[in-house]
Amino acid sequence: MDNILTIENVSKTYGNFTALNNVSINVPKGSVFGLLGPNGAGKTSLIRIINQITLPDSGSVYLDGEILQPHHIQYIGYLPEERGLYKSMKVGDQAMYLAQLKGMSKTDAKKKLQYWFEKFEITDWWNKKIQELSKGMAQKVQFIVTVLHNPKLLIFDEPFSGFDPINANLIKDEILQLRDDGASIIFSTHRMESVEELCDYIALINKSNKILDGKLVDIKQAFKTNQFEVGLLCNNKKELFNEIKSNYFVETSESISFNTDLKLVISLKNGETSTDLIKFLNNKAQINHFNEIIPSANDIFLKAVANNG
Amino acid sequence: MDKLKLITKREFLAKVKNKSFIVMTILSPLLMVGLILLIIFLNEKNSEEVKTIAYVDESNLVSSVFTDTNSTKYVNLTDLGIEEAKNKTKEFYYGLVYIPKNDSLQNLSKGISFYSTDAPSLGVIESIENKLENKIRNLKIEQLHFDIEKIKAADTDVEIIAENFLGEKSSKIGSILRMMAGAGFGYLIFMFIIIYGTSVMRSVIEEKTSRIIEVIVSSVKPFQLMLGKIFGNALAGILQFVIWMVTAGLLLFLITYVLGIEAASSSSGIAQMNSEMVQQVQQTSSTDLQIALGEIKNLPILTIFFSFIFYFLGGYLIYSSIYAAIGAAVDSETDTQQFMMPVLAPLMIAIYVGFSIIENPHGPIALGFSLFPLTSPIVMLMRIPFGVPWWQIAISMLLLILTFIGIVWFAAKIYRVGILMYGKKPSYKELYKWLKY
Repeated sequence: MDNILTIENVSKTYGNFTALNNVSINVPKGSVFGLLGPNGAGKTSLIRIINQITLPDSGSVYLDGEILQPHHIQYIGYLPEERGLYKSMKVGDQAMYLAQLKGMSKTDAKKKLQYWFEKFEITDWWNKKIQELSKGMAQKVQFIVTVLHNPKLLIFDEPFSGFDPINANLIKDEILQLRDDGASIIFSTHRMESVEELCDYIALINKSNKILDGKLVDIKQAFKTNQFEVGLLCNNKKELFNEIKSNYFVETSESISFNTDLKLVISLKNGETSTDLIKFLNNKAQINHFNEIIPSANDIFLKAVANNG
Repeated sequence: MDKLKLITKREFLAKVKNKSFIVMTILSPLLMVGLILLIIFLNEKNSEEVKTIAYVDESNLVSSVFTDTNSTKYVNLTDLGIEEAKNKTKEFYYGLVYIPKNDSLQNLSKGISFYSTDAPSLGVIESIENKLENKIRNLKIEQLHFDIEKIKAADTDVEIIAENFLGEKSSKIGSILRMMAGAGFGYLIFMFIIIYGTSVMRSVIEEKTSRIIEVIVSSVKPFQLMLGKIFGNALAGILQFVIWMVTAGLLLFLITYVLGIEAASSSSGIAQMNSEMVQQVQQTSSTDLQIALGEIKNLPILTIFFSFIFYFLGGYLIYSSIYAAIGAAVDSETDTQQFMMPVLAPLMIAIYVGFSIIENPHGPIALGFSLFPLTSPIVMLMRIPFGVPWWQIAISMLLLILTFIGIVWFAAKIYRVGILMYGKKPSYKELYKWLKY
């Protein structure tokens, strides 16, 4: 059992609208999993099925090898995109209530809450009402109640919207800490660049279909374009440019450098390696800058959609 | 089950801790008592006012009827003549009765007028009319040479004692009391259903607008949340009802206690002056009071109390699940209007029907509406003080429970879909689609 979550051929329709079409996904244990796709792709529908808020029309979901059952909600922590708290309820009472709904005992909930409140240095908020707190403060409370019951699986839907950069970083660190402590994490977002650096695995969803999934490095490897960004120092830029152009497919580049280099993006020829390219360039000019272009999740997504379409 | 308990507890506390609940619970009985006292006070003030009425009796036959009473004084202005009398009345008196000169007793009753600056109260006119009618009647009897004493001896006052076959007497006071109890409790249920139904709806909308709903339904089933909400509010409602009943009971006890002492002390004071009269007064007043108290005791109080609780719960459960579904379907309270009318309509009909059936509590309309589950909580409760056969109550309760189950099932479906829908106000057609999701 290496997967904390297995989704098999799940479909869901609302009336005539298909929200999910035969989607299968595996989330490995101890990983950070990115569920990526544009707005309306079906991410939230899938998450609601995992949280048993709605049921799939067909297909099955397994949590830690067991078919999903009502009692599993205590192993899942969910921070929805549409999130909030009771405005006129005291922070402490509210946190206790939500913790108990997740199945924690009163004493356990109290103990854990004290730990987290001290950690975030917010113990004096206990008797305040949510409406007296700022939005960022409320988000902290929201985060605490999401992770309080030590869930095996944490699901964050658009987690960083609403946090200022400082708090977003704080939350990011806490999430990584939770993963190191053994939790598995699903990030769902349409702003792919925001979580790309955190994810070990991703799945791309578009128009209710999963179009791609796997280990992020593998996917990037598969989508690499064998393009290199180079910065060359030389006397006659024009001459050098034409010379390279006669040998390789070349585009200009906007990379930043200290010098007035000739900046290019060069595609490798079939069967060639980067060493061959370096050798070639080294004979012509001084190489100031040389790096492989790694496709971003966004590029991969666009390509995958184009390939599928 | 544990979760349902948790939710119910939270909803109950959220409702009860709310300032408006506390204010309502304490203030409204005070307000009621204050209003009643104010009405009594104003009434007494009104009757304390002494009116002076002038009269011009040109016939010289009926002046003897104008004798002063506690609330009215009479002034004879016959000597001034009618025109002068009018002027004087305009300045000093409430009104002027003018009896023109007339030769025959037959025509005396015609042409009597009343002049006043403001339109006179009906009571004043009626009392003068009565006085004159009596007087003229007596005069006519005399003219016809009948013996007044003999005619008086022939007058009879019939008072029917209504009694059912179990030997329970009912009196006018009793009927009025029953009407008041029925109307009062029926109206109270109406108010409770609307107040607490709306409160459920608000609480659903609050969870939607504060966006906590998805956090909660990831821990509990929407159905549990809806039920917990409904139960929590119901408990708050029952608590409020019990508080009011206990307060009312205490007040009633206090009032009778204080009044009892007053009656005893004053009677002992007067007793030395005129024991015979006091005895008489005591007797009449105590019999009236005794009848009223007896009738209150005769009311099926326990039946009323328990059927209030049952019908409140039944009616409330049905309506509040509809309210919950409405709350889930919309984004804000302003969007609820189009769905409220169909909900309020049966309640309004129940109130109207209820007030009209008090005249005939066992007729077919009364029976029909007290069985129909959307109106039965109000209409049946209005009938119960008059005595309702047990099988009718049983059928209406059964129908109420069955309807509740049906409506909750239907409301839960809309609720489940609605709570996660944002942004648009659904049409009835869309609500129908939700039923099939």
